Amino acid sequence: MNTIKTKNILPESVNTPSRFRNPIGKYLVKRNSRCAACGLCAELCPYGVHIKPEGYSRPLPPRSHLCIGTACAGNDFYCVKRCPNQALSVNLNPTLQALGDYRWTPEMLIGHWHMAETGELPRVDLEYSLGSSGGGFDKMRFRIPDAADYLDINDEDIDTSLNLNRRGDGRPQKVLSLPCYGGGMSFGSTALPVIVGRARAATRLNTMTCTGEGGYPPEFLPYAEHVVTQVATGLFGVREETIQNAPVVEFKYAQGAKPGLGGHLLGDKVTPEVAAIRETVVGSSLFSPFPFHSVYSVEDHKKHVDWIKEINPRALVSIKVSTPSDADMVAVGSYYAGAHIIHFDGSYGGTGAAPDIAKKNIAMPIEYAIPRIHRFLKEEGIRDQVCLMASGGIRNAMDAAKAIALGADGVVIGTADLVALDCIRCGKCESGRGCARGIASTDPELGYMINEEYAEQRIVNMYLAWRKQWCQLLRQYGLRSMKELVGRSDLLVNMDYLDEAERSKYPEAPKNKLVI
Amino acid sequence: MPKKYHIETKAAPPRFLAVGKFSTVEFREDCAGSCRQCVKKKCVYNVYKDSYQHVITMDEPEFLYICQSCFRCVQECTKGIFSPVINPEYTLMGDEYWQPEIINQTWFQAHTGRIPVSGAGYRGLFSGAGFDAMWTDMSEIVRPTRDGIHGREYISTSIELSRKPMRLIFDKEGNLPVSLPEIVEIPLPVILQPPAFGVLSQKELLAMAGAAQKLHTLMLIDAKDYSSSFTGFDGTMVPRLDAANYKEYVDIICKSRMVEMVDSSGIEREFATLRGFKPGLLISVGLPLDASAASRALELTGTGVDVLHFYAEDNGRETGSSNPRTLRDMIREIHRKLVDGKVRPTVNLLFSGGIAMAEHMAKAVICGADGVVVDIPMLIALECRLCGRCKRGESCPVDIGDIYVAWGVQRIVNLIGAWHNQLLEVMGACGIREVRRLRGEVGRALFLEDLERESFAPIFGQRKVPCG
Ligand code: SF4
Ligand code: SF4
Ligand code: SF4
Ligand code: SF4
Repeated sequence: MNTIKTKNILPESVNTPSRFRNPIGKYLVKRNSRCAACGLCAELCPYGVHIKPEGYSRPLPPRSHLCIGTACAGNDFYCVKRCPNQALSVNLNPTLQALGDYRWTPEMLIGHWHMAETGELPRVDLEYSLGSSGGGFDKMRFRIPDAADYLDINDEDIDTSLNLNRRGDGRPQKVLSLPCYGGGMSFGSTALPVIVGRARAATRLNTMTCTGEGGYPPEFLPYAEHVVTQVATGLFGVREETIQNAPVVEFKYAQGAKPGLGGHLLGDKVTPEVAAIRETVVGSSLFSPFPFHSVYSVEDHKKHVDWIKEINPRALVSIKVSTPSDADMVAVGSYYAGAHIIHFDGSYGGTGAAPDIAKKNIAMPIEYAIPRIHRFLKEEGIRDQVCLMASGGIRNAMDAAKAIALGADGVVIGTADLVALDCIRCGKCESGRGCARGIASTDPELGYMINEEYAEQRIVNMYLAWRKQWCQLLRQYGLRSMKELVGRSDLLVNMDYLDEAERSKYPEAPKNKLVI
Repeated sequence: MPKKYHIETKAAPPRFLAVGKFSTVEFREDCAGSCRQCVKKKCVYNVYKDSYQHVITMDEPEFLYICQSCFRCVQECTKGIFSPVINPEYTLMGDEYWQPEIINQTWFQAHTGRIPVSGAGYRGLFSGAGFDAMWTDMSEIVRPTRDGIHGREYISTSIELSRKPMRLIFDKEGNLPVSLPEIVEIPLPVILQPPAFGVLSQKELLAMAGAAQKLHTLMLIDAKDYSSSFTGFDGTMVPRLDAANYKEYVDIICKSRMVEMVDSSGIEREFATLRGFKPGLLISVGLPLDASAASRALELTGTGVDVLHFYAEDNGRETGSSNPRTLRDMIREIHRKLVDGKVRPTVNLLFSGGIAMAEHMAKAVICGADGVVVDIPMLIALECRLCGRCKRGESCPVDIGDIYVAWGVQRIVNLIGAWHNQLLEVMGACGIREVRRLRGEVGRALFLEDLERESFAPIFGQRKVPCG
């Protein structure tokens, strides 16, 4: 059982285009009726935007999302200029105006769709690491590196692994190949092929995903070593065997997007399958109580942890809490109760439905929580014995790296996984039949729009692209391992804390005025 | 068990098509015109079916108000003829402060009485000015004490409006030599007042009064607007008077539980006359939220005033300043001043101007208000688009002057009902059982400046750009 992976054996990326016929890109390539179907554009464009299959009288509609846009104007293959009939135009896609929000800007969404499709970082000029939120991660940059520090090594020689058990308590070492794993998404809130696809991706990437509050569908069993079982206040579907299956058991005390509120699944989403797994009634809304009514002290909490440890002697225990003002004290308490992983979920993330007032206003953004918890655990002398995970509004590879530099060991990701599956962040997951794009839905039709293979490969691709970004970053600072980045806040700057001259050396975050 | 305060909400659909955020522009010339499985037939939200009229008439461009922007038609049309855009009319509503999103969510709440809920995390800016530069805290729920968490049905949101003596003084016989003012409570920290905006018809005013009565709260009204149609609302209406005119309104004063006097120097000398007309009358003084607000508050406290009602600008800013401070900072200043002057418990503080969302109510209380006064959101509940046409003497697109009063009452009740529910959410998360205990409880809040200083300054040094 004691599986220590020393080498990074990473899966292959496989090109996996969007499920939708018209992918959204930054640029829109149009071909008008002057086109004489000469096929020159298809010969010219090296990015596969124009395709004229053998024997077709006309080229296929342009695959705009692959176009590098106005930056192409300088190339001698620039199709717009070379087309003998001036039939082509390339413009900014007006759709962008109606896409995205301050946190996930249109370019960040498009960038991630590209990563999920190709496993590569986008070629198109997209700002996919910084959003327009005007604070937190969007104000932070990695310090301009010293050229002398550069380490000329391959990605394969860079270690991005994460050890979840640092207690030295005789329980297994669980080492993931990436400094992140998937956050809880329950069967019920999310379509079955999506969560199973996540589990398959986690298996291939040697990381983990989490059941969320929705019980343990049997479809998870082949991937059991990579599925965290969540024990939340509703205890839906929590049984002895689901705890015994799990390498890690996560207690969800609170979640950042709706601290103080239990989970909530609208009746419409409680289909017979969901009800069976949760052991509840079809069509009846499921509210999880809040909080654990058996826990009113650190001692009560320790009993919970002991209970899990007793049922599953090889399980690691994770404690998921939100970010109150005394998050640091909570971390220490959780450690002394026996947790291996302390997971703080900040307020701005989450994939499930939550009251808007809670999402915006309750608890502190994760950017503030991480450094104070890290510092406090260090002062207590126990920082090296816990795995500190951060989540809640960590959108992309750079956010993750910043969280780690602020003091987390790793991050937990939810939304980005869904974006990889073509989530558009419309926020309508709970209305009517659920997500119209087949992601957050258990509708008999909508809940099966996606197949597991597709979900698996898109997610694998995205993380492979993230890893490339991480390796680039680490190399620049002469670091060989992600572990060396933990707590290296000296590598970060904050634009609001720089004087004007310094600030101008760093890229500005996009200042979109968005309508949300 | 005493009867619980419960706000009865009931769907009250809008009379006009709401201004939606998204619309779809079609490049019709590209349409193949013959797809058997046209994406329009497949819209999960039936957008096209519901507005088939548009397909028949082929008006261009057509704004589809109920589009949920799932982008499926955009991404699945074989010819790619759709391009989603933001409805320009949507962006024209309101202003920098009263943003379209606020207006839209207010409509939703007035329509359904429900709390706005959405998936996919938070979508807005990291922080902003004033109330947007603070978060509420919930330590209790992560580390609950047995007192900290309770069902929402046990949370009380009622506040007092009557003044309180600092201490009781007894005579030699052990009797109270003075009669204590009656304790007057309202069940939620909100009173209503018509906005100083546009032209308000009698029907709108009656809808507001009706809602105030149903909610068991109060409604402020200028004495000159206090017509005979408000008979039946006497316990609800709070006439607004000034030192020069109040003696003309003795009949109204005698019918009222509370009056509001516009502040002027020596206003406290009129209190005895007022209570001479009506013993036990609650007196509020209305004053501008300006640079002298805090010191004036201290002067007035203890003069027999029950309530101080501060009027901020409609955007929640200090009045009469070229560099106006926010409600958040002003409330904290006034509250602190009275706490330092050791008189805070004797008076009740209400704030109006810029109270636009349920969170403002909770945050105002945390900063030190007893309650808030709601104005413009009521107008929005009646479908106002904040387009400003009425201000310019033009016609109102939703004919707001001509509503059914009962419908208007329900819309406002729904809105405040949804706000009340959100207050319960926040208080539940904070582990606070009584809204009176939330007042000035800054320990249940996290302020941007503090977080930046505590978490970021040790890492990044001195901040060069001011917060907010
Ligand atoms: S502009 Fe350049 S990248 Fe775009 S389609 Fe033309 S040749 Fe290809
Ligand atoms: S409903 Fe919208 S936000 Fe929710 S999962 Fe689907 S696409 Fe994403
Ligand atoms: S974007 Fe979605 S909701 Fe809007 S019209 Fe198209 S299919 Fe319907
Ligand atoms: S909708 Fe426009 S015209 Fe009508 S009341 Fe509101 S601001 Fe005035």
